[in-house]
Parts: sequence; C-alpha cells; structure tokens
Amino acid sequence: MATSSVAAAGAAEQYNYDIVRKFTIMTLVWGAIGMFVGVYIASELAFPWLNFDNPYITFGRLRPVHTGAVIFGFGGSALFATSYYVVQRTCQARLFSDGMANFTFWGWQAVIVCMALGNMMGYSQGREYAEMEWPIDLLIEIVWVTYLIVFVATIMKRKQPHIYVANWFYLAFILATALLHTFNNLAVPIDIFSMKSYSLFSGAQDAMTQWWYGHNSVGFFLTAAFLGMMYYFVPKQAGRPVYSYRLSVLHFWAIIFLYMWAGSHHLHWTAIPDWTSTLAATFSIMLLLPSWGGMINGILTLSGAWDKLRTDPVMRFLIVALSFYGMSTFEGPMMSLKDVNALSHYTDWTVGHVHSGALGWVAMITFGSLYHLVPRLWNTQMHSMRLINVHFWLATIGVLLYITAMWISGIMQGLMWRAFDDFGNLQYSFVESVAAAHPFYIMRAVGGAFFLTGMLIMCYNMFRTIRKGNASEAQASISPAVA
Amino acid sequence: MEWLVWFTKFENTKPLSLVIFFTVFCGVLVYLYGSKKRGKKLEDYKNIPLRDDEIQGKEK
Repeated sequence: MATSSVAAAGAAEQYNYDIVRKFTIMTLVWGAIGMFVGVYIASELAFPWLNFDNPYITFGRLRPVHTGAVIFGFGGSALFATSYYVVQRTCQARLFSDGMANFTFWGWQAVIVCMALGNMMGYSQGREYAEMEWPIDLLIEIVWVTYLIVFVATIMKRKQPHIYVANWFYLAFILATALLHTFNNLAVPIDIFSMKSYSLFSGAQDAMTQWWYGHNSVGFFLTAAFLGMMYYFVPKQAGRPVYSYRLSVLHFWAIIFLYMWAGSHHLHWTAIPDWTSTLAATFSIMLLLPSWGGMINGILTLSGAWDKLRTDPVMRFLIVALSFYGMSTFEGPMMSLKDVNALSHYTDWTVGHVHSGALGWVAMITFGSLYHLVPRLWNTQMHSMRLINVHFWLATIGVLLYITAMWISGIMQGLMWRAFDDFGNLQYSFVESVAAAHPFYIMRAVGGAFFLTGMLIMCYNMFRTIRKGNASEAQASISPAVA
Repeated sequence: MEWLVWFTKFENTKPLSLVIFFTVFCGVLVYLYGSKKRGKKLEDYKNIPLRDDEIQGKEK
C-alpha cells in the first residue's frame, strides 16, 4: 500500500495529471448534455409537439448542438484527456507546457459553449459537423495549433526511444484535423462585425470539400484517434501486450493512406464527376482490410484470457466497442457501393450506420478507457463495479434498439421511395413513408434513452469515485513520509 | 519545362501514382515482415504500455 502510494505521488509529480482530470470531467459533462439533446431531438421526430413552437429548440437548431456536443465536447474532451495521458506515460515525459495545455482546455470548452449557443440562436454555416461560424473557426484553429505544439513537443522530449503506435494515431488525428478544419472552413465574412460568412468554394466543389472534411472527420477524429485510445487502454486493461505490433503499424499506414480518398462516396448519383465517386467507393472497399486487421489485432489481445470478458465489465466495454468497430467498418464500405447507396442514401439507414459507429465504437471505447483511467487519476478504486455492469447492458441494449430501428426504417423508406405502380407513377407519397417510419422513431428514442440512462449512471459512479479519490489522495501524500 | 506537361494528364499520373503507392506499400510490408531480427525488435515495442509503471518505479 505504501509502495503504491509512493508510486502515485511520484507519478503526480512526474506527469501533468491535472489537465487529464479536467478533460475527463468535461467528457462526462458533455456526454450527458449531448446525449440528452440527442434523445430530445429523437423524441421531437416521433412527437413533434415537443417543439413547443419555440424556434430555439427545433430539430434544425438542436441537431448540430447534439452532434457538436457529442463529437467535439464528449469525443474531443476524451481525446484530449487520453492523448495527454498516453503521450506522457508512453514517452516517460511530462507535458511540454502546463500553461499551453491549460489554454487548450479553456479554449476547447469555450468553442463547445459558443458553438451550442450559436446554433440555438440560428447561426450556422450549413456544413455538416462544421456548422460553427467563422469567429469560432478561428478560435478552434488557435486551440488546435496549440494542441499540436504541446503534443509534438512532449514527444520530442521523450525518455523512451521508440514512439509507441498509439501516439502515431493521435498525431495523425491532430494533423489531419488541422488540415481538414482549415480548408473546409475557408470563407469570407460579409462584415467584420457579422457572424455570417460565405464559403470560398461553390457548387460541386463546395460539396466535395465538405464531404472530404465530413468523411475524414469520421476517419481521423472518430476512428484513428480512438484507435490510439484502443492501442493503449485495451492492452493495459487486459494486462497483456497488443496481439501484433507489426500489424498495428501496417494498420496505421494503410488506414491513414486510404481514408483520405473515400469522402466522395457521400455524393453518389449527384453532379460531381462520376470517376471521383467510383474512386471513393473503391477506396472505401479497400478500407475494410486495415479496419478489420485493426479490429482483429485489438480483440486477439485478449487471446488466452477470454475469461476476463466474464469477470471484467470494463474489458467487456472495450471488446464490444471493437466488435461494433468491425461491424460498422463492414457496413460503411457496403453502403459506399453505388447500387447499395441508391437504396440507402437519404434514408435512416445512414443515421443508424453513423450511430453504430458513434455509440457502439466511439462511446463504448471511451467508457471502457475512462473506467480504466479515472481510478488511476484519483488514486482510488471505482465506486461500484456493479454499476459499470448495469451501464454496459443499458448501453448495449440501447445501441441495438437504435440501429435495428434505423435499419428497418431506412430500408423501408428506400424501398417506398423507389416503388412504382402499374402506370409508372410513384406508388407512395413522401408523407406515407414518414407515417410508416413513426413506430421506428419511437423505438429509436427509447434506444437513445437507454443509452442516456447508462451515461447518467456512469456520471454518478464517477462522481462517487472522484469524491472518494480526493480523500485517498490527501492520505497518499502523507503515506510516503509515514512509510 | 515541357516535361511538366506530362504530369498534367490523368492518363499519365494515375498509373504513376499507382506504381508509387504500391511500391511504398510493398516497402512497408518488407520492412515489417522481411527480417526476423527486426520483427523481434518491433514486436518488443508492444510492451511499452505495460512497462510504464515499471520504468517509473525504477526511476524513483
């Protein structure tokens, strides 16, 4: 006990855990807020009276609040927290600058708050996942460059000669996001005191730039970065090294190269040149190989210790996340095929696909990593393993309800929209397809509510753990002297 | 500078980029799996996350 207290006190001195703790807490806060807004707007689609004739809370305004809060608030904070933790631990070096790291924290939180308020007030660029108007884009740019400097400078002062592969994924995510954010948001403000701006691109070029950004946000922000998380936390929680390091390197280079070309598959059957669309579909199919290679590498880390899945709910989160990663990286390439896309595009199937990745992969791997991380940051044990187990089942059932509802609804919509009667007229009006989807919108909201309940249980469990941890830490600072 | 025009034609640059990227990919494969000695060294890096407590302990 005394030895572990000495190690904990030493780690606190050697590393900057304060910044990791701050981002971890905000991950939980934004997760709860973002998922609540998600459940609310899903309920609005099922029960439109929930709009209350109030423009600030209509689906159109709250939808980017939801995506912004969960992707950038929850996901982004989780990535800041874990990248700062992993880079310090695997490089055996303290973060480059406490001040700059703190700036990234306050800057990033300001971005999320301004973005949410701006969207509710009706300010939007109308670009998916990049709705923030130009002043917020500039703040993101400054915060992101600071993040890059902190991360790279920490790697440069490492004591460990080799840069562990998780850091490669994190670095690729930081660099690619900087590139994507910069070029997708090139815009001219109509006035220096106005929030409104116009894109530098127009027409088909504008659409291609947007989906180059949109798909690579998925590829680098929501995939590569969380793979970095996976390559550190899965081995740590399993207590055994990753199955194959060489496969992880191959996984890295293949995924980094292939993702950049796949964006145009979001624009099949539109005014863009046909060859760009075909190229994107080809690269999407090729992406299946590294994606599954990475998934297999993660899951086989548990080889010889499968019993942990029975006994350790944190491990269960991590492995189920990898399973969803495998499933959605199979579904994505399939949906990128032009003929499948002709049925699936503009339907709820796309929404279901996104959520099997976002909830099943991104959120689950984050939950597992945070359950591993928080007890170590606050030098204590989790308040309740039983509640982690309850959270796991609520999250799993929630995702399954959500994606099943969207599969049924989406395929049904696609089939109804393309059905013709004997005279060659459309068989169904659009509103008939909306009415047919109604039961599945209710089912989706229920699935989301399951997932949100799990998230709230996690917040409670973490709150109790952190409160207990503060007391233990105070004790730990005394223990070395006693020892 | 006439030779630069060659690069402006897709029928030239597409196969060229295919050759470059395929060669690089083969290079990565050979680097990773071409030598047993290097393979052993690379595989040893996978223990870095598991050794972070241990190394820190030694420093104390």
